[in-house]
Amino acid sequence: MSRNVVVVGGGPAGLAAAKSAVDAGARVTIIDSSDQLGGQFWRHLPPERAGADEARLHHDWQTYQRLHRRLTASPHCEIRTRTQIWAIETTPDGVLLTGVQGAPDARTEAPIQLHPDALVLATGAHDRTLPFPGWTLPGVYTAGAAQAFAKAERVALGRRVLVAGAGPFLLPVTESLVKTGAKVVAVLEANRPRNLARWLATAPWKLAGKAGELTHYVGTHLRHRVPYRPGRAVVAAHGDDRVEAVTVARVDANWKPIPGTEKRYAVDAVCVSHGFTPRLELAVAAGCRLTADRFVRVDDAQQTTVRGVYAAGEITGIGGKDAALAEGAIAGHCAAGGDTTDAVIQPAVRRRRTMGAFSRRLDAAHGIRPGWTGWLTDDTILCRCEESRVGTVRRTVAATGSVSLRSTKLTTRVGLGICQARICGRNVEDYLGQLGDRVPAGDASSDHRPIVSPVRLGDIARLADPDTPTTP
Amino acid sequence: MAVDVAVIGAGVVGAACAHALTARGLRVAVIDRSSAASGTSSHCEGNLLVSDKGPGPELDLARHSLALWRQLAPQLADDLGPAVPPVEFEPKGGLVVTITAEGAQPLIDFAAQQRVAGVDARVVSLAQARELEPWLNPDITAAVYYPEDCQVQPTIATEALLAAARRRGAVSYFHHEVTGLITGKDGRVTGVRTDRADIPAASVVLAAGPWTGELATRLGAGVPVWPRRGNVLVTTRMPHSVFHKVYDGDYFGATQSSDAALQTAAVIESTQAGTVLIGSSREQVGFDNSMRVEVYAEMAKKALRVFPFLADAGIMRAYGGFRPFVPDHLPIIGPDARMPGLYHASGHEGAGIGLSVATAELVAAAITADSPRSPLGPIDPAPFAVQRPSLQAYLEEAA
Repeated sequence: MSRNVVVVGGGPAGLAAAKSAVDAGARVTIIDSSDQLGGQFWRHLPPERAGADEARLHHDWQTYQRLHRRLTASPHCEIRTRTQIWAIETTPDGVLLTGVQGAPDARTEAPIQLHPDALVLATGAHDRTLPFPGWTLPGVYTAGAAQAFAKAERVALGRRVLVAGAGPFLLPVTESLVKTGAKVVAVLEANRPRNLARWLATAPWKLAGKAGELTHYVGTHLRHRVPYRPGRAVVAAHGDDRVEAVTVARVDANWKPIPGTEKRYAVDAVCVSHGFTPRLELAVAAGCRLTADRFVRVDDAQQTTVRGVYAAGEITGIGGKDAALAEGAIAGHCAAGGDTTDAVIQPAVRRRRTMGAFSRRLDAAHGIRPGWTGWLTDDTILCRCEESRVGTVRRTVAATGSVSLRSTKLTTRVGLGICQARICGRNVEDYLGQLGDRVPAGDASSDHRPIVSPVRLGDIARLADPDTPTTP
Repeated sequence: MAVDVAVIGAGVVGAACAHALTARGLRVAVIDRSSAASGTSSHCEGNLLVSDKGPGPELDLARHSLALWRQLAPQLADDLGPAVPPVEFEPKGGLVVTITAEGAQPLIDFAAQQRVAGVDARVVSLAQARELEPWLNPDITAAVYYPEDCQVQPTIATEALLAAARRRGAVSYFHHEVTGLITGKDGRVTGVRTDRADIPAASVVLAAGPWTGELATRLGAGVPVWPRRGNVLVTTRMPHSVFHKVYDGDYFGATQSSDAALQTAAVIESTQAGTVLIGSSREQVGFDNSMRVEVYAEMAKKALRVFPFLADAGIMRAYGGFRPFVPDHLPIIGPDARMPGLYHASGHEGAGIGLSVATAELVAAAITADSPRSPLGPIDPAPFAVQRPSLQAYLEEAA
């Protein structure tokens, strides 16, 4: 009898998982919260205003089209977009997923519950932005938001844009901005040339077969004369109603700003990204154990520590699209009942091995260093939902002697807002870690979020009483 | 360093004990295997209630506690200044309603008994109830208003009590797991053994909330305190629409019952942050902290019977916590005759935030051979004694 596999996440890992599960004979449901499949990587215009130049704006667009065609053509694959899984629980006979399907604004959602034989989590990551004075001003964007905006709206964010932060993600973001007509004044990479050199010396593009992609970005930068400056960071944004200027400083190898090196740039937009935070809440709620560096722990089959629950893509380690495709293919194949030794899956197994080395080096070169807290001031907002400031947290911790995340959240409201600490959680943990000797993990970590995304009380009640009116 | 009293547990009860003991001039150490307010005290609602208590010792203790909290809340703010946020003490009052026809009369009768015991319990008309809570379900069948019910933010309350105690010399040992008690030749307790250090102390207070039963057994002084799991749902911020602590009459059943099965009753209140807290549930599932959507669904259904407008409210967070449950529904407070020098302060189930300060007064008075009191007068410790008749069978079994 064919197995029933649910895949959560419609990005590269989820699409690859769904395809290989279908290929292996499973009945598959692929779920994504947005209007269409593709994830962050292949975020594109909706069909009703389809752009002719998706192929120009997306890397490897053909792969998306191939995967998407295979899934839409298969009678064994059900695609559920606009579907948000908000809870997952483990029962004696497997996992139970609870969600809502439909357009939230139109109040046409229907509660859904799924009880698959196997589950593939491919929930991806969102970009992590470190706070700095003025970072909540209009005109300061996360690089991910800028990228999504450029891909989905095709509108330039500003006339003089600064891109700053750390990691190779700054390059495609810069490219997208340039393509929409924005003038990028500089790209600032916090890591110093020596860190980067060590990474580049390993010739990662050879390793990962990424030569084409990297050469392409470098080409874009040269053509548009975008200076790339390592060892520098934005340490403040200025402006009354929106950003008008930024202060840039040199930083040391630990990202601590070097006094006396500050320079002011006039800009009308800033895009910042310092890395990625995996979206772990479903995996954590399912009881999956994490690795020491807080990704989902998986075995060779991409199976997590919970039987029947598989994980692929950025939640198992930041590795980019190619790693996600390989891991997804293996996860889907094994979730459908296949084995890692099956011939059909060997190309993906080989690909994953290469990509694993790539992402480890990536992290060594670009990982966040602790000195960033050196550019915080008491007035800097740590949590933008609740507008909790650094000074409040610092003073409260001094008075209570408590660096526990839970207590600090509840005494200062940091991380208690609508985003449930998705934006600030890890920054707050890092900051508290520097104020005291340790921050307890587990239940207190910012990855623990039993309600994965906000859900209407009426939709919860309908699970107990289907006659609950959909509106008050 | 030797202290006069080592308090095991940095939840609200331990913090209140540290506060009361340092106020009497004693040197205090607070020990916790995690840190302050990491368990029940940060996974609850901060109730200071008389409305849910029938006449008897728990109600008396609640009334003493409320009187103490009214003094303490402004005093903590004065002592600590702006570095610790205010404890959000709110004398907001409670409104208990019933939805069913059968539920109405028992609620009205219950209020009459409470009035005899001195509680301000006012049966109000449905129109008056709707004036107090404009968004209330118009189909309610009875309503009683309790102006004395109050609320605090429990985590801040715990941290503030501890911070004030620390200013008077209390020392905290966080991330210290208690492994045993140190006893003298005469069997008297002389300190606490932890995985990181021995802490000599003339007296020891065990205030480990729902973990007390397990820990006390390991320490050789078993008491029947077990966990019952409770859940709270938290909405996104919304315009102020719930003005009192509002709950349906079923709540009495849930708190007073020993049934292991899931019980839910709607308990709804706003916080100063603008969120609305929706409780409550009771399950005896040990320390199993996994979430069950089925429980949330029952809670949601009941909350909507009280406030239909909440159907559109976004739930952004849920938390489950463990309440220290005692079979006779009374906290265990005072010296343990089996082990001189050991004092208990736990078993408050869902009322620990409210009862913490009167509990601390009882403990501090017992340790200093003083008479416990609140602004209402002397507090009788007898009903909460460890060696009380209703717990005898459990203590014999533990021995």
